[in-house]
Amino acid sequence: MGATITEKILAAHCEGQDVTPGAYVMAKVDFCLGNDITAPIAIEQFEKSGFEEVFDRSRIALVPDHFTPNKDIKTATLCKQLRRFARKHDIEHYWEVGRVGIEHALLPEQGLVGPGDLVVGADSHTCTYGALGAVSTGVGSTDLAACFATGEVWLRSPESMKFTFRGRLPRWVGGKDLILYTIGRIGVDGALYRAMEFCGPVIETLSMDGRLTMCNMAIEAGGMSGIVPPDEVTRDYCEGRLKREARYLRSDEDAKYVETYDWDVSELSPQVAAPFLPSNAAPVEEFKGVEIDQVVIGSCTNGRISDLREAARILEGRTAAPSVRVIVLPATRRIYRQALDEGLIATFIEAEAAVSTPTCGPCLGGHMGVLAAGERALTTTNRNFRGRMGHQTSEVYLCGPAVAAASAVTGRITHPDELEG
Amino acid sequence: MKGKCWKFGDDVNTDEIIPARYLNVTDAAELGAHCMEGVAPEFAATARAGDIIVADKNFGCGSSREHAPIAIKAAGIQCVVAKSFARIFFRNAINIGLPIVECPEAAGDAATGDLLEVALAQGAITNRTKGKRYSFPPFSSALQAIINAGGLLPYTRRRRGA
Repeated sequence: MGATITEKILAAHCEGQDVTPGAYVMAKVDFCLGNDITAPIAIEQFEKSGFEEVFDRSRIALVPDHFTPNKDIKTATLCKQLRRFARKHDIEHYWEVGRVGIEHALLPEQGLVGPGDLVVGADSHTCTYGALGAVSTGVGSTDLAACFATGEVWLRSPESMKFTFRGRLPRWVGGKDLILYTIGRIGVDGALYRAMEFCGPVIETLSMDGRLTMCNMAIEAGGMSGIVPPDEVTRDYCEGRLKREARYLRSDEDAKYVETYDWDVSELSPQVAAPFLPSNAAPVEEFKGVEIDQVVIGSCTNGRISDLREAARILEGRTAAPSVRVIVLPATRRIYRQALDEGLIATFIEAEAAVSTPTCGPCLGGHMGVLAAGERALTTTNRNFRGRMGHQTSEVYLCGPAVAAASAVTGRITHPDELEG
Repeated sequence: MKGKCWKFGDDVNTDEIIPARYLNVTDAAELGAHCMEGVAPEFAATARAGDIIVADKNFGCGSSREHAPIAIKAAGIQCVVAKSFARIFFRNAINIGLPIVECPEAAGDAATGDLLEVALAQGAITNRTKGKRYSFPPFSSALQAIINAGGLLPYTRRRRGA
């Protein structure tokens, strides 16, 4: 019987072990990462356990992106811990404010993760790198501490689900809409412990940015990982960028999937997910007129250059509604610079948006856009749990960059066709 | 293990277990003081050492923050029972030695205030209040080895012969 791409990649990292779905394995990772929230606990555990050496200083990334630039003394202290550990062990991939970007945009951009890799990160959205044809998954801080020491992680080999997208993507519909639609169909635990394989003609024409957005939110369906079979888009992205050798693998024709879905998305509307679960996805038309106080465009989900271009296309020559605060966060320094060169940053500033240095800040209610009681945000981030962006009575609606930009202009949830029809 | 049940519903996420505004510290006691604040603000002040959290499906979904099981453990909760667990929460609990049990029937029947008895080695839960007994399958040998070692790091040290 054939194997899925996920099973093939796992097998390549688990020499001699049975990787049949459901089996527990001890796998060698190609790369691991932590951030300023999760890595401090990993560092404390690593040191408390008496480990002295990291397994490979070039295969670890420490990314201070969540509470940076530091919002208070406590978060500055967390970053100080990261910095001390990075220096002590001469960790190759560590970035200070000014150079740092949002981890899941930064690592692919820097060519640190690639096709055929097994990557674990102490951040749930580590599943993002599946877009490159890697098996990549979120773990905890203790996992990361053990991985620092050994370069290994225990895993339960996942069953795979296959999602085939057919037809032609309508205007204003992109990776975010496809993944919100998917989560809406299968639920927030619809892919629990499983690998979500995205394929079909629509995925083949989707940009790497769109694929990264889709795989990023596999965790919102409970998935262990999301993955896109590598193709020419993958090769183009990796060429001249990837620091290691790529291993381009694909699922066999007779590979086994526990569930398969086959959708024609030619008539799909831009999607919006209502509070308080990402699975509350529905066509934007259903939320027409819902008033909003804040719009956030950015994050590890939608802070890449094509997201900013899409938002700027709508904001060009327009200004935000007086009642709305708009925050735009390019996800990395390189994206920020590119947006500047392309005139996008000027468009955002003319539209009266606040443009920030890269940070996860508002997505998790950390800083840079925390909501007060009863306030409502429309955002391109990935979670709309109760209190996610601030006060327990505040609300978060999720969408893609086009709906976010159009709604920023009107002050209420708006289909981009209303402005650009 | 015997304890009083605190019952929660479906899809309790880690932002609810420990909101991100408290992630600027790693101290267990401080995290424990805000345990479950996003879903039951009175919990941390009223839960007693030895109580048991019981939830419906997908407990601990969302963020990978290990602060969530750390907060639960620090609040004195001795065990979490659920219909199902989100993947990263599950592994974090195993890794730090917070006992967790997947038992849909026991979780579905339990209500806040019930007196529960969990026998991990026997794979049995007894709801003393309702007079019902449930069984759950043992962990795989791979997970049991981590649990027996007292968590992932002691297990890792042992494997490396340190």
